[in-house]
Amino acid sequence: MVNRLHLVRVAWAVAVLSTSGWAQVEFARDVQPILRKNCLGCHGPGMQQSGFRLDDGTAALKGGYGGAAIIPGNAKGSPLMRRVRGDQGLPAMPPGEKRLKPEEMATLERWIASGASFPAKAPVLTTAAPSITSKHWAFQPVVRSAVPEIGGGRNAIDRFVLARLAKEKIAASPEADRRVLLRRVSFDLTGLPPTAAETDEFLRDTRPDAYERQVDRLLASPHFGEKWARHWLDQARYADSDGYEKDWSRPWAWRWRNWVIDSINTDMPFDRFTAEQIAGDLLPNAKIEQHVATGFHRNTLTNREGGIDDRQFRFEATLDRASTVSSVWLGLTMGCAQCHDHKYDPISQKDFYSLFAFFDNAEEVNIDAPLPGELGPWIRGRDEYQRKRDALLAEYNVAALQADWEKNILYTIAHLGERTDWDLAWDCVNKLTEDGDGGKIVQMPAVQRTPRERDILTDHFVANYHFAIGNKKWKELKLDELNKKLRELKTQYPQLSQASVISEVASPKPSHLRVRGDYKTNGIEVQPETPGVLPALKANGRATRVDLARWLMAPENPLTARVAVNRIWQELFGAGLAPTSDDFGTRSEAPTHPELLDWLAAEFRENGWSRKALLRTIVTSATYRQSSQARPELTEKDPNNTLLARQTRLRLPGEMIRDNALRVSGLLTPTIGGPSFNPPIPPGVMELSYGSRGWGTGWKEATGPERYRRGLYIQFLRTTPYPLLANFDVPKSTVAACRRDRSNTPLQALNLLNDPVFLEAAQALAVKVLMGAPASFEGRVEAAYQAALSRKPTVAEQTRLRTYFGEQQRLLADDTKAIDQLVPVTLHTATRLETAVWAALSSVILNLDEFITRE
Amino acid sequence: MNERQLFETHLRRDFLRRSLAGIGTLALSELMQGATTPTTDPLAPRAPHFAPKAKNVIFLFQEGAPSQMDLFDPKPGLEKWHGQSLPPEMTKDMKLAFIKPTAKVLASPRKFARYGQCGMELSDLLPYTSKHADDICLIRSMRSDAFNHHPGQLLLFSGHMTGGRPSMGAWATYGLGSESKNLPAFVALQSGPGTSAGSDLWTNGFLPSMYQGTVLRSSGDPILYLSNPAGLSAASQRARLDALRDLNTQHLEQTGDAEIASRIHSYELAYRMQSAGPELTDLTKESPETLSSYGIDDKDSKQYGTNLLLARRLVERGVRFVLVMHSGWDHHSAINSGLPKTCKQTDKPTAALLADLKQRGLLKDTLVVWGGEFGRTALSEIRRPDEADNAGRDHHPNGYSIWLAGGGVKAGQVIGKTDELALNITEDPIDVHDLQATILHLMGLDHLKLTYRHMGRDFRLTDVHGNVVKKICA
Repeated sequence: MVNRLHLVRVAWAVAVLSTSGWAQVEFARDVQPILRKNCLGCHGPGMQQSGFRLDDGTAALKGGYGGAAIIPGNAKGSPLMRRVRGDQGLPAMPPGEKRLKPEEMATLERWIASGASFPAKAPVLTTAAPSITSKHWAFQPVVRSAVPEIGGGRNAIDRFVLARLAKEKIAASPEADRRVLLRRVSFDLTGLPPTAAETDEFLRDTRPDAYERQVDRLLASPHFGEKWARHWLDQARYADSDGYEKDWSRPWAWRWRNWVIDSINTDMPFDRFTAEQIAGDLLPNAKIEQHVATGFHRNTLTNREGGIDDRQFRFEATLDRASTVSSVWLGLTMGCAQCHDHKYDPISQKDFYSLFAFFDNAEEVNIDAPLPGELGPWIRGRDEYQRKRDALLAEYNVAALQADWEKNILYTIAHLGERTDWDLAWDCVNKLTEDGDGGKIVQMPAVQRTPRERDILTDHFVANYHFAIGNKKWKELKLDELNKKLRELKTQYPQLSQASVISEVASPKPSHLRVRGDYKTNGIEVQPETPGVLPALKANGRATRVDLARWLMAPENPLTARVAVNRIWQELFGAGLAPTSDDFGTRSEAPTHPELLDWLAAEFRENGWSRKALLRTIVTSATYRQSSQARPELTEKDPNNTLLARQTRLRLPGEMIRDNALRVSGLLTPTIGGPSFNPPIPPGVMELSYGSRGWGTGWKEATGPERYRRGLYIQFLRTTPYPLLANFDVPKSTVAACRRDRSNTPLQALNLLNDPVFLEAAQALAVKVLMGAPASFEGRVEAAYQAALSRKPTVAEQTRLRTYFGEQQRLLADDTKAIDQLVPVTLHTATRLETAVWAALSSVILNLDEFITRE
Repeated sequence: MNERQLFETHLRRDFLRRSLAGIGTLALSELMQGATTPTTDPLAPRAPHFAPKAKNVIFLFQEGAPSQMDLFDPKPGLEKWHGQSLPPEMTKDMKLAFIKPTAKVLASPRKFARYGQCGMELSDLLPYTSKHADDICLIRSMRSDAFNHHPGQLLLFSGHMTGGRPSMGAWATYGLGSESKNLPAFVALQSGPGTSAGSDLWTNGFLPSMYQGTVLRSSGDPILYLSNPAGLSAASQRARLDALRDLNTQHLEQTGDAEIASRIHSYELAYRMQSAGPELTDLTKESPETLSSYGIDDKDSKQYGTNLLLARRLVERGVRFVLVMHSGWDHHSAINSGLPKTCKQTDKPTAALLADLKQRGLLKDTLVVWGGEFGRTALSEIRRPDEADNAGRDHHPNGYSIWLAGGGVKAGQVIGKTDELALNITEDPIDVHDLQATILHLMGLDHLKLTYRHMGRDFRLTDVHGNVVKKICA
């Protein structure tokens, strides 16, 4: 560089004269004005879009993210000229309407051709490296705010809220009715309503801390982990399938979900929770569960479509890992910087690829991750399984056939385009290998393969040999039959639970920025680093994911704690204290209660990152315990209740609506954790996606008790989301979802009115009431209300339901067929007609707005 | 605009106007006074950015990528090269999914002729569509960045190759609301096996779920969960809804939460859908001639024909955006026997739809778009060398054909050209984002202004691209 610069200077000093009669180009006179007018706004001292600046000779010749832009002496080959001309399909520089005049382009061309000389001395304009600082609220350090001195309330939260309300001369709302309160806190902490007995117990408990006791009971419930795991799964874009065309199911995705539920139930501190998911594999003496935690990063989509470029989708997965970490922990949408410097936030494209670099050397692996009790049976059955498997493989002559196939595949890799059928077979090795990277395994010498890798490749061979030799021959060899037998054999012997995790490759490769976000176009090399606008990361040597996790949770990091407490607050009040909970960047809405947000963030951190402690503080505050009753006098003043002068009624999330119906009717199977299940799905739904062509997973309906498990365990297939979930705003699980919508649609109404699961719940509620409640009409309605709504019906409600009861009785009286359809059971305590009418009555209760709302 | 602003822009009176009909004698307006959030029906019709040329869209999505040189873009120049590889310098920029650039050229055996007053050249596989040459605007220069199905379908319908964004119909519904009181604003219909992108084609993405497309199903309930549970008659259902409405209204009085009024409204709309749905799909009142014109009496074209007739009926009933998906165009193998079959399933119904819309005076307000996610290669793909006539064509995103007809479209013209070997576009390249911008433009929406803030960014259908193609517009 020094030499070249020297030459350049010499060239400039001698002021090149062109042989074809060009006039001499002088930088200061001819070139600098063009650059100043057109370029320096974005590529100058104040801003270096794409890492490129044109005011400083050294920097200009070095180039930008895409590498050198000016090649002295070679105007045609200089990317700068291509960009100002707008060649190669790229938008011309400068962007927008204005173009360089032809004579200006000619000047630049001549300047570059003659050596692109910059003045030898100091750069043209001031070049103090701009320090990246920001006055934006979210980037300032979290300082524990002083609690306002104001009377009233129950804890510090209330004093922040009351101080603000006092300013506006608004009084807080009174505490909610105790039944409403218990119902609210039960939904918020466990996702389930209180039972009638729990409500009774609370109402009878006159101790001053009766409510706190309920809170502690709920925090200790194993359902707590389910409720708050769901909150985390939204952000982690958890799904049970790959996404994209084939959308294969991921039969072991739940293993990571189990880890989340357990970690939340045991109140794993949020810093450890973070470290294990981001870098569990790199922690000293990492245990299986810490490897399992990295499954967070395996929730990325996988594209198995034939003919795709694997490099592209591996790149997409790494991008997704970086931008998800940014969205989830930092509340910053860094994905924008995939293609260019962020338009609004002080995040450069280089910042983004520096974060990307943390994940660029992570490799996808699947491991044995046995749950307690699995290992013994597996050990006892293993040898026999292996013997039978080997015998089957021998019976169908797999060894010889596979050896030949492998030889051909290796030949194909070296001679692509020569044999089109084998080209396809090779593509399928890359796309369709189950549980591993077939392309990598087949190219390893056989002796280096682990037994697991050997089995993976053999399974692929048996199932996919037809791509090479045609279906007919495959069937003649009976490999289709063998394929079935091998799969069946697997189900007959105990298998170990598997987990999809990441680990660091043995020899890391350098990471590169990608010019304009195009995976094929490497720009400058980048190191794993954190965004310049945030406090620096301290690492010894090349930073690792462990360093990243530590940096996220460091006391000086201004975002992580704020983002986390804000999202927890959002779950409990319907909106965050900072309303744009998904974006803490410079375009976010400012928090309504900035001091409270910071106090909570400091509290969270100082309490050892305990989520349970934080939740306890919030739900025991008077602010949380207020009534959600509308206040007409505030409609104008505070229509969205941002001042928190009351609580808010919130429609339950999709899964919880179903959970609630199953719970109050007594149908719920409350088992915690384990694989996802397939509830009944109407015919025709699965047929709408590619999976129905036989490539996919299918939907084997659960028939046992698992059919009534909680909604969080419903198998989530990305291209075919379960209708109830799609109808009720459950996120699509493609990118991190940091808040859910609560829409209100006729399809939801049809879903609740007519989906068989809600009818089943109505039947069960009717049966429960008829078997257990006092035999009077009023007594039964009251029991149903207590179960479903935790309260007694009003007189008006009793009256209206009696009318309805009479109507249905008349309509159903002589229709035995309808009665049989409505009630599949004969009870001792009621006629079949009565039971049917009670089912119809229960279904009204299960459709009430109040039933699907946490008040 | 975000969700909250969206709600705020819909005035409460608008909600009342639309929903009070079903609520009976209760003075709901009184209850609404002092209700909590200024919520209302977000699906109420909304003013476009400027006067629209098309009120409705029927997008006939031909999933799998129809072969342009066998249908719309004659390439006699291929015959000279048939069976040979092209020189590497001609194929170096090709994006290919399965084959390599050395694959051999496959000339088209189709016969092309000129049709209509405009003299549009079309293939003998489109005997019915070709009768409407003067009604359509054919584009031979479409381009996509994607050359695989799922990413290509996402790009065409959501503007971006990776998932999670709203589909075109969801954007249109978000922008314009619903004109239909008894049916959803955005309806999707499917024939053939499931598409690669599945529900991504009608997803609301990050928009609220009220903007998602509703699938009109070919078997079972026309709309999911439309029928009452077995045992509940229509009268029982009405009684159930009346009780529900009254109890919800009582609770609305107690809590003052306007969301409950919205809920009541949703249930009433659901009830109306329960009768509008079966009425919509009941084709018994259509004449035998109509059914036959759509090919419903022929087993090959029955499924697609039925969907197209339903599309017309949907548009008649004010449904804003109808997405008809037909899969079966992915002819990697045996294209010369496979393509005629797919055309037989679709050509006649397509022509019937155009004729029917025209005859009923609906075509001028309805934009019809026909096309796939990309086109196919001039080079052959042979998966089974040992089988005769196994040649097919691979994916080709550069220079494929689609057509538009109806509302606001300048018909009877061909836009764009490709070179003689169908490798590249030589005139008027039109990107899928340009097509999206143009469709929105014809609906009265400026694609740059139709935005939704999500995760801190204002997203739009056309991502960061798109120009309205003026040549398409009348």
